[in-house]
Amino acid sequence: MQNLIDGIVRAIQLLLQGDPEVVRITLLSLEVSGIATVISILIGLPLGTFLALVQFRSRQFWISLINTGMALPPVVVGLVVSIFLWRSGPLGSLNLIYTPAAIVIAQVLISFPLAAGLTISSLQQLDPRLRVQLLGLGASKAQMILSLWKEARLALVAALIAAFGSVISEVGASMMVGGNLKGSTRVLTTAIVLETSRGEFASAIALSIILLGLAFLVNFALTTLQQRRK
Amino acid sequence: MPPLLMINDLLVKAGETVLLDLPELTVERNEVLVVVGPNGAGKSTLLQVAAGLKKPARGLVKFSSHPDLSELAYRRRISTVYQSPLLLSGSVESNIASGLKFRGIKEPEIRRRVDFWMDQLHISHLAKRRSNSLSGGEAQRVSLARAFCLETELILMDEPFSALDTPTQQELLRDLREIFTRTNQTCIYVTHDLEEGLAIGDRVAVLFKGQLHQLDSVAQVFSHPNTPEVAAFVGVENIIPGKVEKQLKDLAQVRASGWLFDVVSDLAPGTAVFICLRPEDITLYNISEEVKASSARNRLNCKITQLIQQGPLTRIYLEAGFSLTALVTRPSAREMDLQVGKEVIAVFKSTAIHLIESSNKGRP
Repeated sequence: MQNLIDGIVRAIQLLLQGDPEVVRITLLSLEVSGIATVISILIGLPLGTFLALVQFRSRQFWISLINTGMALPPVVVGLVVSIFLWRSGPLGSLNLIYTPAAIVIAQVLISFPLAAGLTISSLQQLDPRLRVQLLGLGASKAQMILSLWKEARLALVAALIAAFGSVISEVGASMMVGGNLKGSTRVLTTAIVLETSRGEFASAIALSIILLGLAFLVNFALTTLQQRRK
Repeated sequence: MPPLLMINDLLVKAGETVLLDLPELTVERNEVLVVVGPNGAGKSTLLQVAAGLKKPARGLVKFSSHPDLSELAYRRRISTVYQSPLLLSGSVESNIASGLKFRGIKEPEIRRRVDFWMDQLHISHLAKRRSNSLSGGEAQRVSLARAFCLETELILMDEPFSALDTPTQQELLRDLREIFTRTNQTCIYVTHDLEEGLAIGDRVAVLFKGQLHQLDSVAQVFSHPNTPEVAAFVGVENIIPGKVEKQLKDLAQVRASGWLFDVVSDLAPGTAVFICLRPEDITLYNISEEVKASSARNRLNCKITQLIQQGPLTRIYLEAGFSLTALVTRPSAREMDLQVGKEVIAVFKSTAIHLIESSNKGRP
């Protein structure tokens, strides 16, 4: 218990001092997870829309695959990405292993199925006759899709929140493909693991408070956006 | 003047099942063409094809003035109203403006049209209301305003009032009829409710199992149905197969189920026909009564098999070697002491019978 209290006191001190290492780790976490979320949405939203709206033979198979991907363990993703990016791996020549880019790749693989899967379910919740009505009002295909996204915006923002939540809190893949290198690939979650393993509970708690605060702020902003003019 | 829309040699299938097979159908300018038929007749399929939302296996649907339009340009010459209003989230006025925005119409023109059509549909006071706070009738008025404000050559309506309660339905039907009269709007109006169709339509197309059975004025379909199916659909409950036996100066004598019926018709002897007789055209007399007062030529001895009370009327099922249905008012039924098993005389005029040639099956 004393550890926890000491940790919280030390954490507050660290935060108030604006420790440069803590600031760097925080900014890198935001940058990596932010980029990964944006890429996930850019892949997941069109892919989910396609799977939700277009009927084709193997559609059910692809939706099942996406749904399975929504529960993909980060360490498995870390392992696969490591194998591919390893110096002797198929993409080894790109020299991406132990770089922030490698973490972004792993996080995209973790979060885009979430973005796609939640897009599918949010569009499928809409009345299917709405598509016919929009076309009947003279909407082009693109205008129809934009209108459907607008109608499903509450659920789509929830997909965004879920995608960001899944990567900002993820540790296994970041550790494996990033290597937790100080000043280069150390993010909040990997730093917390390291500080805890070294018995530096104060630093670990300080970083955890930042992580939680960050997650709250981003989610608060997205929830505000989601609930606006509900 | 050429028709507005022409449908030629249309075949629509779902797998191997034929949903619609229409050799020809035209929609004239300024008319309300009502498409009626029971469930599964192909009415909604026809509307989907006409809206450019369903591709036929064969055939063409085109505007006579613009035969070569792209898919989007074709769809934008049409607006649609469905059974469910399917409003978007947002305000009433933003919903009404949605189709205009899709077309890239400028804001002042959008404002003008939205205001005008909200006024026409008596919903100006709802302009700022959220679409999800409207009643069913209000929402359908918004849906109508949204379609009318596009000011397209053709509006397609698919059972727009069938989900509403009767008073709201009647009110909307009256307003819609008024708008049609005032604007000369061309419309294809699909309904399974014949009375609704009669109230709103100029011409009626009657579909059964994907085939057009009749395309005529409302009055003609009602009084002279083309096929037994149409006859049954427009309320003819007595349809009896028979054959013309004699022709006596426009009075045909038709033999059916052992009886000889006099019918005003010029059909030649030997023609196989269906005798069509509406239940309300049959008068019942007690056996003991003097029937001479009636000028009706057809008289049948029948036995009552069933009586069903229907509001102010009593529906009477009779057996006369074949089944016959008659309608009498409740006071008459009481006065005549009509009961199951009682023998009565069914009387009807030769002009009350409409003959359909047996060869008329599934074609207009």
